[in-house]
Amino acid sequence: MWKEIRTALISFALLTLLTGVAYPLLVTAVAQLTMPDQADGSLIRQHGHLVGSALIGQSFTDPKYFWGRPSATTPTPYDAGASAASNMGPTNPALLAAVKARVAALRKADPDNHAPVPVDLVTASASGLDPDITPAAAYYQTARVARLRGLPPATVRRLVAQYTKPRLFGLFGEPRVNVLQLNLALDALSR
Amino acid sequence: MTANGLLQIGFYLVVLLLLARPLGNYMARIYSDELPAFVRWAMPAEKLFYRLCRVDAGQEMRWTEYARALLWFSLAGFVAVYALQRLQGWLPLNPQRLGAVAPDSAFNTAVSFVSNTNWQGYGGETTMSYLTQMVGLTVQNFVSAAAGMAVAVALIRGFARHTTETIGNFWVDLTRSILYVLLPLSLLLALVLVGQGVIQNLSPYRTVTTIQAADYKSTPHDAAPAPTESTQLLAMGPAASQIAIKQLGTNGGGFFNVNSAHPFENPTPLSNFLELLAILLIPAAFCHTFGAMVGERRQGRVILAAMVIIFIGFLALAEYAEQRGNPAIAALGVDQAASAEQAGGNMEGKEVRFGIVDSALWATATAATSNGSVNSMHDSYTPLGGLVPLALIQLGEVVFGGVGCGLYGMLVFVLVAVFIAGLMIGRTPEYLGKKIEAFDIKMAALVILIPPLLILGGTALALLADAGRAGIANPGAHGLSEILYAFSSAAGNNGSAFAGLGADTRYYNTLLGIAMFIGRFWLIVPVLAIAGSLAGKKRIPAGAGTLPTDTPLFVALLIAVVLLVGALTFVPALALGPIAEQLAMLGVH
Repeated sequence: MWKEIRTALISFALLTLLTGVAYPLLVTAVAQLTMPDQADGSLIRQHGHLVGSALIGQSFTDPKYFWGRPSATTPTPYDAGASAASNMGPTNPALLAAVKARVAALRKADPDNHAPVPVDLVTASASGLDPDITPAAAYYQTARVARLRGLPPATVRRLVAQYTKPRLFGLFGEPRVNVLQLNLALDALSR
Repeated sequence: MTANGLLQIGFYLVVLLLLARPLGNYMARIYSDELPAFVRWAMPAEKLFYRLCRVDAGQEMRWTEYARALLWFSLAGFVAVYALQRLQGWLPLNPQRLGAVAPDSAFNTAVSFVSNTNWQGYGGETTMSYLTQMVGLTVQNFVSAAAGMAVAVALIRGFARHTTETIGNFWVDLTRSILYVLLPLSLLLALVLVGQGVIQNLSPYRTVTTIQAADYKSTPHDAAPAPTESTQLLAMGPAASQIAIKQLGTNGGGFFNVNSAHPFENPTPLSNFLELLAILLIPAAFCHTFGAMVGERRQGRVILAAMVIIFIGFLALAEYAEQRGNPAIAALGVDQAASAEQAGGNMEGKEVRFGIVDSALWATATAATSNGSVNSMHDSYTPLGGLVPLALIQLGEVVFGGVGCGLYGMLVFVLVAVFIAGLMIGRTPEYLGKKIEAFDIKMAALVILIPPLLILGGTALALLADAGRAGIANPGAHGLSEILYAFSSAAGNNGSAFAGLGADTRYYNTLLGIAMFIGRFWLIVPVLAIAGSLAGKKRIPAGAGTLPTDTPLFVALLIAVVLLVGALTFVPALALGPIAEQLAMLGVH
């Protein structure tokens, strides 16, 4: 029995060195040498400052900006140090109350818009950090953003179209608009 | 389903089946001492490893020795993962200065990763240091997967050999699974994932100044003006290296709290496709490995066919239910219809880049295998959509199943199917020239009956206790589903969750930890016993009374047995959970 235990201990130690030290460090080294931007989180710099990551959403509640998905992280929405989902079930009254409140907030910010609200704008994302909204959700907001910024609606719609990423090879995933990048472009346009 | 949905799923299945075959044949050669020329250069490393461990690679083991080696090895892993979590506060590679993990949570996580379950009772980025993630969790991602592969190979040898006492050498099977299969595939996948944006660094978390300040969700009443947060803390870490093996080894424990829904774990549709492929790749390939090693390739394809058919059935239900959406939300003036500009459907707990198609496909794949990673939150699925992963886990993790464990689980069902057919035609059941006798069926019955006992017994226990009911997050029938899912996931070594359940308590950490332990090791031992028993039997030639097991008829029989055993066991519980909730959801509107 002692021989079996000794073999188990030595092999576990060696496999730990191989898969827990050598392997992750090798991947880190190759990644940092060849793809440092991606390996460090696809950070966005503006005027020398870090303003976010192209992959992580931010909280936008100002009607001048495009709003993203509702986020379930705490204590603030889009807390990228503690990702979280709502985990509310489909028949949970709290979910329906939250959706109702989000619909009301969107309507209040844009009283003339009577279109049905695209579902991704009023449901919390899985990560709490979803960087994207659907093109439908972006177009739903163009009239409001254009009015508050004094921009022609067609200009804002063109910007949305420009920032819409189609499906990869027309096949994979879903068409989407990165809210942070769209809002940065919007600020650059208004300035 | 949308046309794009059919295309994405069809493409996925075709690529999977095309890759599974060559990989399965390659694995068969690895485990049969016929290493292909392109990996022979690594053999000196393998030999050196055996020398250091003082393993005689040529010495074969009886099933009892094989089981003991596996259990000692797993125990070493358990102690290491537990110790790392408890001591991480004093150890290096901990830039966020995360403290010791609580004893009950550390116990749960250690069992979870050693048993290839990877249930996450903790939030990765707020709990585990980089050292714990790398040296503790990533290691178990490799070795627990490799241990499952070794057991499957031992069982295959039981069928392939005759009149012998031994079923292979555990240390050789373990080492080769890592060195020639898991490690090279993980290296490749990890680097491709970094290219897509999955992070891989050892930096402290980064603070960025956001464009607009975020409001705190709950503010003290006397605070005026309401405080806001103008910075965002971005969690960092060596994620890609762990995610690659997490997917390939059907482990599923995420680097971050929200697993593969996190944009740093799964940033693009392409990363999603590759991670999805990695979930099913080795389990599907193992069917071909089986066929090649027993010398009858059709037998492997029969098992694969049964798995694919059950998979497609469940997938269709999940896609349909999620795309249909939530009628209560539609009634609030919300547009859930699929169009060129949105995926529509039930988007609570889902990410825009994955929409409905990729989310439901992932949920089906992760539950069919014992992977358990998620790219959307199953707790927020429609009742029928959430029933799919729940029921797939309850079938015993045999529809593809975990790397290795899926195949050995399915082979146990094959024995039962052969046994039932034998009863019907009044013949001694045979499979691949081996008589299936009382001992084998007793062991098979253990493998099939222990998980339901854990699932239903555990659920009942938790429902009776205040501490169990306290974890429920959603009211009504959904609350029952949350507990049922937790015990199904633990006993099936899956690891996904209806994550609303507050399971990071002493009560659940202990109970679920025990369920994971029994669900893993009390199945492995009888499976190895079957392997030993089969290896010792004589091979008898097929006669007129032998049931052919390589026909479409047998595929249908196997599917029927898997579904019937599952249905007979779990329909009452499912009726009280998701089915009751579905009726309630439709009844309200």
